[in-house]
Amino acid sequence: MATVYVDNKACEMNPEENLLHGCLSHGFKLPYFCWHPALGSVGACRQCAVKQFKDDKDSQGKIVMSCMTPAAEGTRISIADPEVVAFRAGIIEGLMLNHPHDCPVCDEGGECHLQDMTVMTGHDYRRYEFEKRTFRNQDLGPLVNHEMNRCIQCYRCVRYYRDYAGGRDLNAFASRDQVFFGRSEDGVLENEFSGNLVEICPTGVFTDKTLKHHYARKWDQQFAPSVCVHCALGCNTDAGERYGSLRRIVNRYNHEINGYFLCDRGRFGYEFVNSEARLRQSVLKDRPTSAAAARQYLDQTVANGRVIGIGSPRASLESNFALRTLVGPDHFYSGIADHEAKLVGLMLEILRRGPMRTPTLRDIEESDVVLILGEDLTNVAPRMALSVRQSVRQQPMEAVKKLKVPLWLDHGVRDAMQDARGPLYIATPYRTRLDEVATATFRAAPDDLARFGFAIAHALDSSAPISHETSQDWLMAAAIARALKAAKKPLVISGTSCASEAVIQAAANVAMAANTALSFTAPECNTIGAALMGGNSLSAAFQAVKDGEADTVIILENDLYRRAPQAEVDSMLKAATHVIALDHLPNPTTEKAELLLPAGTFAESDGTFISSEGRVQRFLQVSAPQNEVMASWRWLKPDHWQSLDDVLRAMAKALPELDAACDAAPSSKFRIAGAKIPRSPLRESGRTAALVNINISEPKTPDDPDSALSFSMEGTPDQPPAALIPFFWSPNWNSIQAVNTYQKEVGGPLRGGDAGVRLFEPAPRNGQAYFSAIPRAFSPRQGAWLLVPMYHIFGSDELSLAAPGIRELATKPHVAVNSDEFAEGAEVEVNCAAGTFRLPVMIHREMPVGVAALSVGLSPLVGIQWPTWGKIARAK
Amino acid sequence: MLSILRTIWYVFLHSFQKRITVQYPEQKPYLAPRYRGRIILSRDPDGGERCVACNLCAVACPVGCIALQATEDKNGRRYPEFFRINFSRCIFCGYCEEACPTYAIQLTPDFEIGEFHRKNLVYEKEDLLINGPGKHPGYNFWQIAGVKIGGKDKGEAAHEAAPVDVHTLLP
Repeated sequence: MATVYVDNKACEMNPEENLLHGCLSHGFKLPYFCWHPALGSVGACRQCAVKQFKDDKDSQGKIVMSCMTPAAEGTRISIADPEVVAFRAGIIEGLMLNHPHDCPVCDEGGECHLQDMTVMTGHDYRRYEFEKRTFRNQDLGPLVNHEMNRCIQCYRCVRYYRDYAGGRDLNAFASRDQVFFGRSEDGVLENEFSGNLVEICPTGVFTDKTLKHHYARKWDQQFAPSVCVHCALGCNTDAGERYGSLRRIVNRYNHEINGYFLCDRGRFGYEFVNSEARLRQSVLKDRPTSAAAARQYLDQTVANGRVIGIGSPRASLESNFALRTLVGPDHFYSGIADHEAKLVGLMLEILRRGPMRTPTLRDIEESDVVLILGEDLTNVAPRMALSVRQSVRQQPMEAVKKLKVPLWLDHGVRDAMQDARGPLYIATPYRTRLDEVATATFRAAPDDLARFGFAIAHALDSSAPISHETSQDWLMAAAIARALKAAKKPLVISGTSCASEAVIQAAANVAMAANTALSFTAPECNTIGAALMGGNSLSAAFQAVKDGEADTVIILENDLYRRAPQAEVDSMLKAATHVIALDHLPNPTTEKAELLLPAGTFAESDGTFISSEGRVQRFLQVSAPQNEVMASWRWLKPDHWQSLDDVLRAMAKALPELDAACDAAPSSKFRIAGAKIPRSPLRESGRTAALVNINISEPKTPDDPDSALSFSMEGTPDQPPAALIPFFWSPNWNSIQAVNTYQKEVGGPLRGGDAGVRLFEPAPRNGQAYFSAIPRAFSPRQGAWLLVPMYHIFGSDELSLAAPGIRELATKPHVAVNSDEFAEGAEVEVNCAAGTFRLPVMIHREMPVGVAALSVGLSPLVGIQWPTWGKIARAK
Repeated sequence: MLSILRTIWYVFLHSFQKRITVQYPEQKPYLAPRYRGRIILSRDPDGGERCVACNLCAVACPVGCIALQATEDKNGRRYPEFFRINFSRCIFCGYCEEACPTYAIQLTPDFEIGEFHRKNLVYEKEDLLINGPGKHPGYNFWQIAGVKIGGKDKGEAAHEAAPVDVHTLLP
């Protein structure tokens, strides 16, 4: 630590960082624009000026930019010096010259970094009387709104979009005071992380278009800490509600996981919660009924029938456990598709056995050599792709360190780095978005990918098994092995998307041989949790009904038609006397239910998910619903469970492996100085008017027996523990940049530690054996295609598809092949065990011959058991 | 005894002094234009709704008696979808008027809004909107703001230059 004197006060600062970083970490109110903890310094806006003195005798000093000056030992600076105060006031006056008088109609108003900085600098009167510059806006698609007049030319957007996220279609155009940030022409922003522009932009140029349709100020929204439900990574979010509808998702900083950024599916997929189609009332035999009557019917049916329960990988641990308790462990069936359950079971076995560590997303960012085996990360686990994109900077960064360029000096680092990229190897059946930063790619059928993996493992450790058939990919495998061996922090990524156990085993062999971290992706937000919960296989549930062992089926938040072939589900639902379903949105399964119970989404219920990293995390209810919607576990729980704490206690007792769920967040008894944590900001408005059109007597604020949060703005003003932070705000910092004041050191972990409990810590290496079931090389079959799943960020996720913005961007279901037989875009008929589908064909020249990839999760391509063989023919 | 007589004498004298009691409601008191009474929502000089649903009145309100929801017409003009004031809570402090950036919400010299039922003191937008600009006849927020709305393109507001041609690199 270096001692830096700020206005003659000695402060300990990190000498590896710059003065702005140090000052903000110490809580000094120093305004800035172009600097961002994740993007580094460029010194473009000149707003963070401070006066630097040579020594304690120097009274003259010189003005420097704090973001461009290292926090070196003995540096003496002044923030309060009148000359530098006047300098900063002049800068903001200049930046504000052309800023329009938009605040009342601007979505950023009330959480605007520019507003905050203007107030902080004291610029309260515009002297400029001449004409303001104007721009024409662009239509950037359904997710992000563009209002260029408001721009202060800080360049953060293009630096984030191009340099950090790897986007290409946003750039700076024109010159001098007319610089324009946008696309070369109107159109949807191509990058999957474009939503972060909303938070990166210090003012209202880029705003959330989905929020615009039902706008509420930040101070008016009721927030709760949440966990993203749209993939298995478990990114932390804060969800905001007003007048009973969910208004938006913002990033909740978690140093270990999402950091400052979310993917677009996670940020904009929330709108399914507000869907018109939502189930908001119990339905018994196609007639709406009261909650009490529904509950009574449920109890009666359970008491009289032979009941089985089918859980769900997208329902919380608590809901799955409540169902398991209701029907009994022997009658509880996992809701994961059979082929997937096998893969996830294998992944869990590998993670439990060790010695490979499952990395956090931050670990992935810091990895210097990455091998991806069989995963299209951008479409399966999008936020992980963003982390992998940063990892290719690690190895060149070593060279930069040798040149003694400070790592926060963004332009300096980029100049030193040029186009150098660290090793990233991608082995998948078809092209991926990350290929553009990969060192080398390898395209093959899943079995060959596995063989490739086994070959790499063998090259690393000759005791690892290898097939004796020769392989022409041996050279590449050897090169990857060399890179992994030389790496300081190597990483192997694999998962379920190839639907191949061999690929997962091969990845485990490589990770074990090279002693690397091993990250698995999983398909849904609680796939890992549901797999840990156990239960019999889904096909066993079908068999139990068919054999007459059960006559009543309770289906928890699960569309079975997405898990198994239509005919099987049809016959099972037909054979069952009573079908009881709980869900948020109607789907083919709920249509067949005799009793339908409206289940709360993440916004209306509390629960716990386990991410693909093995991190147990709590999400909390945003608002108390004014209808009969409630958490599935509340519908199913026995009477003596009063609150979430009771469920968690019972679960820890019944399933000791899941007792970490109790520690995922403080219990409902947690208080700070006797007070609960407020869900609403201090200035929440309209409390005595919002509901008076219904009843003039204002209702009591609802109690929350399940968490330490209150449905009110009253409560502790102190910083809550990370798992309970509903929103980031602190005095003078109304924008999301307030997160600076919640961190130990800016850009570092949150004070008091980040949210979540890790379940799998690496076991020591003690002779864990290599997997040795090497598959035979793939050989194309005459007249048949190996069908593998192809995921799409917009489309493959069931819930986000009900959000209008995401649905608009969703990929059209298609089949991808490498064949001269079909013309691009032509209609074909795909015939496989799950049925016959009529689809357009896309020609992927990079794909192995004899393999076809089908868009997964998009109707009608659901319920397919992967991998499968099928026929493709021109549609008649 | 003496004090009682003195009191009676003073009362007698008072009956000849000028009366200050106003005979309300037969006689109406003078109320200044800036009197803080019943709240209204005014209109732009061109007749459009002045309120842009910025929520500043609601957040300034110390009793939280204003609730509204913003929405937009197809041309981008923002207005309140609903605007509700609960006058049974209002303390007529005038902070909402002070906070309003568009002069939409104004307090008027009318205090005669007594009701027998509290629920009749809940005023919706239809009850609040008047047909003129109120105390600020000339002001039109949309002529100052930079956003484009129907009838006003970019560069057409007051003190605005024509939109930049982003394809030119000329100095």
